[in-house]
Amino acid sequence: MPILRVESVSKRFGGLEALRDVTFSLYEGQIKALIGPNGAGKTTLFNLVSAIEAPTEGSIVFAGKEITGMTSDRACRVGIGRTFQHSKLFDDMSVLDNVKVGRHAKSNAGLLAAFFTTPRHRREEQAITEASIRALRRVGIEEHAAAQAGSLPLGERHLLEIARALATEPRVLLLDEPAAGLNNEETDRLADSVRRIRDEGITVLLVEHDMGFVMNISDEVVVLDYGRKIAEGPPLMIQNDEEVIRAYLGADL
Amino acid sequence: MNGGRLLTFARRHSAFAMFAVVALGAPIFLNNAYYLSVLAFTATRLMISLGLNLLMGQAGQISLGHAAFVGIGAYGSAIMTTRWHMDPWLAMALAACIAAFAAVIIGIPTLKLKGHYLALATLGVGEIVFILLVQTKSLTNGTDGLTGIPALAVGGLRFTQYNPRAFHLLVWGVALVMLLISLNLSDSRVGRSLKGLHRSEVAARSLGVDTAFHKVQIFVVSAVFASIAGSFYAYYVQYISPDSFTLTFSVLLVTGVVIGGLGSVWGAVWGTLLVALLPEYLRQYDDYTNLVFGILVIVIMIFLPTGMIGVPALLGKWRRGISGGGRPSSGAAMTEGTGTADGGTV
Repeated sequence: MPILRVESVSKRFGGLEALRDVTFSLYEGQIKALIGPNGAGKTTLFNLVSAIEAPTEGSIVFAGKEITGMTSDRACRVGIGRTFQHSKLFDDMSVLDNVKVGRHAKSNAGLLAAFFTTPRHRREEQAITEASIRALRRVGIEEHAAAQAGSLPLGERHLLEIARALATEPRVLLLDEPAAGLNNEETDRLADSVRRIRDEGITVLLVEHDMGFVMNISDEVVVLDYGRKIAEGPPLMIQNDEEVIRAYLGADL
Repeated sequence: MNGGRLLTFARRHSAFAMFAVVALGAPIFLNNAYYLSVLAFTATRLMISLGLNLLMGQAGQISLGHAAFVGIGAYGSAIMTTRWHMDPWLAMALAACIAAFAAVIIGIPTLKLKGHYLALATLGVGEIVFILLVQTKSLTNGTDGLTGIPALAVGGLRFTQYNPRAFHLLVWGVALVMLLISLNLSDSRVGRSLKGLHRSEVAARSLGVDTAFHKVQIFVVSAVFASIAGSFYAYYVQYISPDSFTLTFSVLLVTGVVIGGLGSVWGAVWGTLLVALLPEYLRQYDDYTNLVFGILVIVIMIFLPTGMIGVPALLGKWRRGISGGGRPSSGAAMTEGTGTADGGTV
């Protein structure tokens, strides 16, 4: 049984059809990439899976639960973590505090406990700090814990977004263009982190334009074009798929 | 053991401890009853500002109708004590519950709005409450106001205008507790999540923060702070009328919080002290009081866009400018030295 099933999903914004009848599955332990030209509907699909928006038609089932109709914070709590194409880090907060927000749903000290710094609250704060540092360590940026998030170079910003999502203990992690703007060295470091995350048992779905990165890291690739799925399969197959080449990749990949 | 804990507390909250000593000790050096009453009002204003600072500074939501909650506290206490002869303390607690309930009812629909729309919606709420205070004459006595409100008392100790030192300790004690718990909040799970949703609601939600709930929750806190302040006000002056809870008052409250600075809880303190005490000082200019005050507010906002909590950073910049070097010594480190920074700027 797949951990995530996207079933006949369509999304219309007024007269614009962003997604049409898209179906695919994500299996536990996979790294799956979603590719396609700009405007193919990749980010829209991400927003549907993370319940930021609801599909016009179709259903999205995660670990036996219907995502459609959930709020996005609820989707996070059932196990879907995500990063954003345009970084949504809390720039003027510290790197560590960014990750700590990711522990929100895994802790429960309320307003009154915070007001009066109860001993239980202090213990929980300690646990939040430890878990957050572990999340930073998983992507290898723990030495920047005290820095302001806004001061990090781009590569580390992307890793911080990932660490923050990891802190929520997701079962599926959605990465929206994690390699965008990174140099080769940073991209390699990112690929290592993503593989390690997968090896730790987290299923990864990513949107990416960097074809070298996608083909190198993915177990399977889904290709979208004008909101339709035009191909799905292992990277080698996708690279030789005529429709994909015609629609998107160009003649010489 | 106990001394050790006290020491840890003093170290963590050194700025708070100093401020508390000054605030509570002020009556020792002040004999003038008028000054003492100004300080008492300042304490009630600080309570309101702290709630607004949490709402606006931490959570990034605005309320242009906070006079409504002050009014609920004041009128709630006045009506329950004068008409129903309830105990003043109990009336204060019940009024705070009413304010909290009202905040839930108002907050659920309005906090879905953003920016200007939220400002307008809360402004509307403020006006509605004002109209209710004027029109429900059977309860509020309309524009004539309510008189004969009893004073707060514990045993034989009555907290009235004629016992200004006792009242001073009471209101400043409560205001200081509110300050301390506000400071505590900013470094906690809920506080961080509020800061996060302020910066990006979409991101905060994707991290599992129930932003709708937390926005309403902090709105309720700010309403309760305002209501308690309103009750103290009513018990102190023992006469209230709707004039004290106008839109102008709501705007003045927001002004104080913004002038002080939204980036830190301490902004509420400095802003309140300025907005509450400066007009007293400016009284010597008679008719020009408001003009001078307005100009000062504009000047402060031009030179200190982050509010008065930005003063240390500004001084640091000037000092670097004078010494001629572009030393990268950070304003943040200097702000920390004065204990005014507990978070970033907005």
